[in-house]
Amino acid sequence: MNSDNEITEMHLDVLKEIGNIGAAHAATSLSQLLGHKIDMRVPNVELVSFDEMFELAGGTEKIVAGIFLRIEGDLTGSMFFVLTIESATEFIRKLIGDPTFVFSQVEDLGLGASALQELGNILSGSYLSALSDFTSLNIYPTVPSLSVDMVGAIVSFGLIEVSQYSDEVIVIETEILQEGEQGISSLAGHFFLLPDPPSYRTIFSSLGVL
Amino acid sequence: MLNTKTVVRVGIADMNIAKTPQTIRTSGLGSCVGVVLYDKTKQIAGMVHVMLPDSQLGKSTKINVAKFADTGIYAMMEMLKAKGVRPFSLKAKIAGGAQMFQFGSNDTIRIGPRNVEAVKAELKRLSIPIVSEDTGGSSGRTIEFDPETCILHIRTVNAGTQEI
Repeated sequence: MNSDNEITEMHLDVLKEIGNIGAAHAATSLSQLLGHKIDMRVPNVELVSFDEMFELAGGTEKIVAGIFLRIEGDLTGSMFFVLTIESATEFIRKLIGDPTFVFSQVEDLGLGASALQELGNILSGSYLSALSDFTSLNIYPTVPSLSVDMVGAIVSFGLIEVSQYSDEVIVIETEILQEGEQGISSLAGHFFLLPDPPSYRTIFSSLGVL
Repeated sequence: MLNTKTVVRVGIADMNIAKTPQTIRTSGLGSCVGVVLYDKTKQIAGMVHVMLPDSQLGKSTKINVAKFADTGIYAMMEMLKAKGVRPFSLKAKIAGGAQMFQFGSNDTIRIGPRNVEAVKAELKRLSIPIVSEDTGGSSGRTIEFDPETCILHIRTVNAGTQEI
């Protein structure tokens, strides 16, 4: 399916369902890892422009911790975790057991960088294995890579494949929410799945909605 | 930047033109390259936010010329010509083309340097001299050009700010 084929509301609904299944698994894994409740939900699956995609991730110039990995196998695409610096700091503190950890540049993160990459591994692994079970497709993630920079600079890298086909991208947006002291949830970041356009057809046909 | 100046914004894979007292800006350049073509005497500047090196990479029938180095720079030159700018009075400043991640799929990982090479090749083909550049590295950039002073202001998260 290329940009000339019609993507209907039903297609987007199917992707949302897939996203929710993946997110539920990933949230469980993350909750176990961090020892407190993490919720993940898919508020939107949309066809958006690249500039709108940056807005979804917090705005072009917002500074975030971005964990990027590629999906390979029967379907290909890009995955991103975009965490606010505050949440990234908090996750690292929990993961490495050092409450004094202070966030800095990637080169100086040391153990913190490894912790975030491990977080990426666990999230993507649980998400993709759910997706793989559901679609019967063979899917696996590459090793995650980390960058701390502006949203535009980080997320545009994941749009390179898509941009060869189109000026719009199907975004499976996932909010990562964590429960605070009084049971109030706050937004810790976003998780994005961007299938490469040639994979749209693969996903839809595996689910019988082509 | 003076507050009285209005800013013309350029999105990703987008282009536009600014004249004094306007300035022109694009934010969050990663592997993309911001190309400024300007005419100092006319105080006019065009900016292209290039995402891919070559329009041959385009796999869609509908092409957004601003997305590619070859088509984008040429189209910007034509836009400036339509505003009365003579091509031989044009100069260029470029920024961007960083490598944001250390690994990824083979071709994609070098997209920043490939974009820079393609931009330089196209500028050379059109005989537009590059006055200054800030390219490569691993930091994202937000750039703003003032056609009055012809200064390109560059802001990064990790490597400070500079003017070229």
